Amino acid sequence: MSDKPASKKFSLAGMGVDLTTAGPAIALLILCVIGYLLNPAFISEGNISNLLTRSAFIGIIAIGATFVITSGGIDLSVGSMAAVIAGVMIITMNALVETIGSGVATVILGCLCAIILGIGAGYINGALTTKGKIEAFIVTLGTMGIFRSLVTYFADGGTLSLNFEIRGVYRPVYYDSFLGLPIPVWVFAVVAISGWLLLNRTAFGRYCTAIGSNESVAKYSAIKVDRVKTYTYIIQGLCVALATIIYVPRLGSASSSTGVLWELEAIAAVIIGGTVLKGGYGRIGGTILGALILTTIGNILNFTDMISNYLNGTMQGLIIIIAVWLQRGSAKN
Amino acid sequence: MKKPLITTALALSAALVSSTALSADKIKIGVSYPTPTHAWAAGMNWHAEQAEKRLEALHPDIDLVLVNSPDPAAQASALEDLVSVHQIDALVVLPFESEPLTDPVLNVKKSGALITVVDRGLSQPGIEDIYVAGNNPELGRVSAEYMMTRLESGDNIVILRGIPTLIDNERFDAFMETIEGSGINVLDHKHANWNRDDGFEVMQDFLSRFPDIDAVWAQDDDIAIGVVAALEQAERTGDGMFVVGGAGMKETIKGIMDGNTLVPVDVLYPPSMIATAMDVTVAAFKSNGPVAGRYILGATLITSENAESFYFPDSPF
Repeated sequence: MSDKPASKKFSLAGMGVDLTTAGPAIALLILCVIGYLLNPAFISEGNISNLLTRSAFIGIIAIGATFVITSGGIDLSVGSMAAVIAGVMIITMNALVETIGSGVATVILGCLCAIILGIGAGYINGALTTKGKIEAFIVTLGTMGIFRSLVTYFADGGTLSLNFEIRGVYRPVYYDSFLGLPIPVWVFAVVAISGWLLLNRTAFGRYCTAIGSNESVAKYSAIKVDRVKTYTYIIQGLCVALATIIYVPRLGSASSSTGVLWELEAIAAVIIGGTVLKGGYGRIGGTILGALILTTIGNILNFTDMISNYLNGTMQGLIIIIAVWLQRGSAKN
Repeated sequence: MKKPLITTALALSAALVSSTALSADKIKIGVSYPTPTHAWAAGMNWHAEQAEKRLEALHPDIDLVLVNSPDPAAQASALEDLVSVHQIDALVVLPFESEPLTDPVLNVKKSGALITVVDRGLSQPGIEDIYVAGNNPELGRVSAEYMMTRLESGDNIVILRGIPTLIDNERFDAFMETIEGSGINVLDHKHANWNRDDGFEVMQDFLSRFPDIDAVWAQDDDIAIGVVAALEQAERTGDGMFVVGGAGMKETIKGIMDGNTLVPVDVLYPPSMIATAMDVTVAAFKSNGPVAGRYILGATLITSENAESFYFPDSPF
């Protein structure tokens, strides 16, 4: 019963694509115009590149979240997961310096370690949800607390810092550019394109949508529901690992305050982008716009002193609600 | 081979007997503070442990009991246990929050224990016998005075503030009051939440927005690390640019000792204040002078000359 509106929207998607895309795109455009009017430096090359690079973290995580949410799940653990992966990555690389030195090999091993951890953490979330039959909200709320306290424990309550020499080797991953675009933006683009292909051009993507629309029907249609759902959490974990790999070289540190509230930002980006929170319909393109909108809000608020600092949260809240309203309004037409 | 074993066993049992005999008239001091979840608090935890070792070695009849609690309710229970289980003679407490811990501390006082409150005051005056705290307005004032020695009228600075709280306001207001009339322009101030990532992003935006910045008041060492990364990325570290943080993080102090020109000084808001509080509390039992009163620590300006005495390489902060 409750799945009807979602499936209806899905059938409408064929002809309504332009309109649903338009909502978040219009919101982003309006934001950029406001930013430019407040301060022309907003569209300077430096600021645009800062903006895109910053969106990469939340954007990459949100692409993973699009799969989880489209198939009717939710993952609240991503922020803590990013923190613990960053922490373990730093510990690993620091330990490797003594055995294999501070070269590229150490960085690659650190990244591999991050990817394995991300996939592993995603698998745990997925398996507990599907095989353990515990609600995703509870499983990931639990792992959120576990991951957060683990990073606090590893850091002894303080901050884990990357060895100074490796930082020099690893630094370009965040700060360098390729063909005029910072490397994190390239990673974001590659993840986005792969995500779009996976969701829109493969059987797996259709299974995600089907499971999110109606899990029982999907099961009767011989879709391996548990396996597909577990995969969505693994994709989420992998995305968190990739985001962490480009996050660590930025400041070379991780602490218990790393990645706080990233889960809510990622979910907000997904929903602003037009994906339905209860599943059954997902849009990667929208998610990317959603992540850009969220970063732009913060950027614009730093560009003006017209609004009291204490009201930053209010402005962010208002803009998120308006962006979703624009997108829902156009979906109805 | 056997002989030493027997002697150790004998010595051990003798020690056990004497310690049980002594424990009755040992002075027990409970030390209660929040479980460390950020670097500053982890530093405090480390300094508390160091002080415990040092004071117990110095005074064999003093027994310090360290307890940390993850939330205000747990801290309230911990205080009850310190009274009922350990029957403490004195309490050193850094309250999680003022309001919910005022009554529990008052109950400890009713048991007859001496009360030392650290850093965060209680919401009712007169409970504590000893108060030890850092000085937030002083931190703002000392930072501003240093800025004024380095800058001239017409120079531009930006300010990155902490989490919107009373502490942040006290520091900020005192800073603004001090630089008033100096001709230094504050281009803008934004909250960076005592956090490296926020410090980095806010500073990036300040750099895009203002082409001419001469100095940065980051208020905190974590924010300053983000600020320095943003300055290096934008290659705007030259022209005498400098950043003033605060707290006394070991990496920052090491940098000052090594002659870092970008972060040439730091303003102290020390996590080791818990150790000061423990010292004063022990002195209340040991000193022949009076110790009750309020101890407001100075917000010392740490420069290359005095940095060494504030450097604790083994502390997590």
